Amino acid sequence: MSDQPYDLIIGLETHVQLATETKLFCGCGTKFGEPPNTQTCPVCIGMPGSLPVMNREAFRLSLKTAIALNCTIPEFTKWDRKQYYYPDLPKGYQISQFDLPMSQNGHLAISDPKGRFAAKRIGIIRAHLEEDAGKSLHDEAAGKADTRIDLNRTGTPLLEIVSAPDIRSQEETRAYLTELKLMLTYLGVSDCNMQEGSLRVDANVNLHIQTPQGKIATPIVEIKNLNSFRFIERALAYEAKRQYEIWQATGKKLGDPGVFKQTRGWDDAKGTTFAQREKEESSDYRYFPDPDLCPVITPAAQVEEVRQGLAELPAAIRQRLEKSHGITPYDSDVIVAQGRTLVDYYEEVAKIAGDGKKAANWVTQEVLRVLNDQGWTLAQFPLTAAVLGGLVKLVVAGELEVTRAKEVFNDMVANKRSAAESMQALGIGKVDSSELEAICREIVAANPKIVADVKAGKQQAVGALLGQAKKKNPNANPNDVRRICLEIIEKM
Amino acid sequence: MSLLHRSAAELLNDLTARKVSSVELVNAYAEQICKLDGEIRAFLHVDIDAALARAKEIDARRAAGQPVGKLAGLPVAIKDVICTKGVRTTCGSKMLEKFVPPYDATVVEKLHAADAVLIGKTNMDEFAMGGSTENSAYFKTTNPWDTTRVPGGSSGGAAACLAAGMAPLSIGTDTGGSIRQPAAFCGVTGLKPTYGRVSRYGLVAFASSLDQIGPMGCSAEDCALLLEVLAGHDPRDSTSANLATPEYTKTVNQPLAGLKLGLVREHFGPGLNGEIDAAVREVVKVYQSLGATVKDISLPYSKYGIATYYIIAPSEASSNLARYDGVHYGYRTDEKAMLEALAVEQKRYEAETNAKKLADLDTPLIRLYRQTRAEGFGPEVKRRIMLGTYTLSAGYYDAYYLKALKVRRLIRGDYDKAFEEVDFIVGPTTPSPAFKLGEKTDDPLSMYLEDLYTVTTNLAGIGGISIPCGLTKANLPIGLQMQCRPFDEERLLRAAAMFQRATDWHTKRPALS
Amino acid sequence: MSLTRADVEKVSLLGRLLLSEADLDTMTTQLTRVVGYVEQLAEVNTDGVQPMAHALEMHNIFRDDALAASLPRDAALTNAPKRDSECYRVPAVLGE
Ligand SMILES: [Mg+2]
Ligand SMILES: [Zn+2]
Repeated sequence: MSDQPYDLIIGLETHVQLATETKLFCGCGTKFGEPPNTQTCPVCIGMPGSLPVMNREAFRLSLKTAIALNCTIPEFTKWDRKQYYYPDLPKGYQISQFDLPMSQNGHLAISDPKGRFAAKRIGIIRAHLEEDAGKSLHDEAAGKADTRIDLNRTGTPLLEIVSAPDIRSQEETRAYLTELKLMLTYLGVSDCNMQEGSLRVDANVNLHIQTPQGKIATPIVEIKNLNSFRFIERALAYEAKRQYEIWQATGKKLGDPGVFKQTRGWDDAKGTTFAQREKEESSDYRYFPDPDLCPVITPAAQVEEVRQGLAELPAAIRQRLEKSHGITPYDSDVIVAQGRTLVDYYEEVAKIAGDGKKAANWVTQEVLRVLNDQGWTLAQFPLTAAVLGGLVKLVVAGELEVTRAKEVFNDMVANKRSAAESMQALGIGKVDSSELEAICREIVAANPKIVADVKAGKQQAVGALLGQAKKKNPNANPNDVRRICLEIIEKM
Repeated sequence: MSLLHRSAAELLNDLTARKVSSVELVNAYAEQICKLDGEIRAFLHVDIDAALARAKEIDARRAAGQPVGKLAGLPVAIKDVICTKGVRTTCGSKMLEKFVPPYDATVVEKLHAADAVLIGKTNMDEFAMGGSTENSAYFKTTNPWDTTRVPGGSSGGAAACLAAGMAPLSIGTDTGGSIRQPAAFCGVTGLKPTYGRVSRYGLVAFASSLDQIGPMGCSAEDCALLLEVLAGHDPRDSTSANLATPEYTKTVNQPLAGLKLGLVREHFGPGLNGEIDAAVREVVKVYQSLGATVKDISLPYSKYGIATYYIIAPSEASSNLARYDGVHYGYRTDEKAMLEALAVEQKRYEAETNAKKLADLDTPLIRLYRQTRAEGFGPEVKRRIMLGTYTLSAGYYDAYYLKALKVRRLIRGDYDKAFEEVDFIVGPTTPSPAFKLGEKTDDPLSMYLEDLYTVTTNLAGIGGISIPCGLTKANLPIGLQMQCRPFDEERLLRAAAMFQRATDWHTKRPALS
Repeated sequence: MSLTRADVEKVSLLGRLLLSEADLDTMTTQLTRVVGYVEQLAEVNTDGVQPMAHALEMHNIFRDDALAASLPRDAALTNAPKRDSECYRVPAVLGE
């Protein structure tokens, strides 16, 4: 964005569906895609007389996440009612957290292995627990037919993670969300499935524009319900342009009288954001403490206990892989992005092969290529880490040439057999040393010009002989051929 | 008649001894309901056939020597704010005219488990908001002592059915005095337990931090019987106390020695009816004769009770009643007519080119909500929704709601201090006896001010009971209120029973044709 | 703080009640009296007093994350004033 006359200022509110069996305040299931209104009970449809009881697991998952996001966990937190009317909100209020959320003041570090932006920390203002609303099913012929309401999702636990407006570009937005999603996956707190709405993003966007009179800020716009990375990037690009044009036309800026935060939706078909109809009073949520729910007290010792029990997080794993296996940030990023099982796989391959960099090449290139082509998970991949490690070890030891090793690898994958079987099938074996010497003598004798060059001190000239040796026997190890040929020429 | 005005405890003895059957009892009460409820109108819904079927089944079990529950065969009336599976639960509101809960409240489950016989659902002020039962959307209940007067409220039907001998036991709810005040007006005994003692699961919420379900009967002993069944921890109610339930019936008739009673100075001000004042002072003498010591105490913040209550209760109510929006259950306005009217309004503003009115015009959805709620709720409910919405709205929260929560703590502090010195606080339940139907309907504030002795019990979350302690010259019952430390109902009931053994006010019945 | 008719009108939208012109007048008068009365709390010194949102001070009341039976769909929908065999129905909601 550096060629633009403004800075793009972005803060993200991410709603993450927690991976609990049951809803936040009742025993209904949280499965996606069930037939409408089959996953409800008096509590989650707010039937008169029903009362909520907090799901312990939802609080535990939130605590893990908040701690992983480096948040402070206050000892005291409580539940508040956020009141507004909408048909998919059956109680007329959402149970959420207002002034005393369960966590605040954290951060998430992001970086770009491709170096498009400098590594930085994105502040986390707060993360709080709340219940989800249901779904409104709008008819095709909108405006004509009724809207239908499905309350299956009502009451599903959400963690709302609010970032500081520290994000400056689409690349940073993507990095933040990617890292957040990865972290949540490593923690096992959410499946983060964006298609199913397990991770939903609202973006608060405005511009800081340099003018001769100093820096000004455009009014903040909240873009709601961005349900894929592509939507988010397109919406941000569109919104930046739109705000700049409006500013040029009207000069309106943040804090001007009569200028309020606006809520907009994203229309992907049209490629535009659009103003959502709102009444002035709709932002008066009349929060107050929910009298039906008791506060939660989390002693510091419990926070410490959860912290100690946290899974190793992506950032830490990347650092560790780079340090102990000497691999590049790019490779560590690729490996960690695939999830913990690939990290473990890679580490075992590296250990057996004795060369982290070569192991990384094999894993990030060969293994991931096969998984991709076949649509396999790592569990379906036929080569165990021990087997692949053994193969890479041969390469590391110079006993198997890389191109031949790849042939072996492909054969092992295709025919699901051991390295030895594949090598035998491919006729790969160590050439008998007397046979190799005979081949070398033959090609040296047939290439006097090269002999002369080597004698004249150009040792690298011998390289031309390697291909000829290979033609005579494909198993001829180039290193051995080079060594033997040089010995022969020296003795000539 | 002989069956009807006996205490539930006595009836239970006779049932156990098989001197009377549950079917006979249900028939007797059904007959009384037929005879009197046309005038009293205590019940919104009575199902004698279902009650008889249940009574028959319990009689059979008892006859066969099978184990039966603690209330086996006793009819119980239930205030219509408590959910009964498959039985209409209206809360006295047009909004819930057709609402049939798919589940039972915890207390209803407990009554079933105790083999009680549910005889009907009693009338009440709409959503329990009121002190006269005149706010019922269906009809007004009258006071059996004087049918030109109110029975009190909001549990007016619950109290009136006891006074008229149409049920031996009934369940009420109390948010600011709604059990104790009608008990006082109708000359019966009603207990508001400590907040958390009885599960609220299935009680349609008015003000969640104040609401409690409690027993009503003709004596403290009867209330003990019923409370023993109703009370107990419920994992479905997060605010339910995890405490064992005492066996109230075992101890209720054991007198308390060295009783220390407190009389609240502030309760005996100029607003108090002279006959009630005198009756309460007589009660004090009775207790003194039973060995109690009595001292004056002060609850200095209690004078802010009404103001505090009328911020907190409407605020919570405005939120609890948001769910009645005509979408998920209950009443919905005539949608077609509503949409047509809205279209007409729009055309008119367009013709007038009235941009402001056009911009402010409700969307169909918002109009659906607003019209549904305007038609489904009565005036008092609307008033409280308005009040509560206002006190929670942006800019006013700190001055009203938050302030009230702080004063609430001060009110509780008063009680904590008082209970360091005395066991129970005694005083009048109401400043005056039952008033005339229609007397206060035009003046909401004067109606609110009637609650001054009872609301602080709910704000503090402690227990309180009202027992009959006299009759005015006009033959209207007078109620004595006793308040106790949190979860001290066991001793509260004993103290009340001491008085009732020494006097006969609780046995007085209105003369009914 | 005195309550104006415009305040009452605004609150009636917030609380989703449709009040006629006459209702608005009555409501303004009645609410003004009640609000005037409750404002006496302003005279109470509450410095340093913790708000009391619950009658019973308990904390950490949880349930286990264990599935319980949901309602059959018919039972869930049966009280809805307008429904089809699967869903609750409301007039078309457009961009609201
Ligand atoms: Mg939220
Ligand atoms: Zn549910």
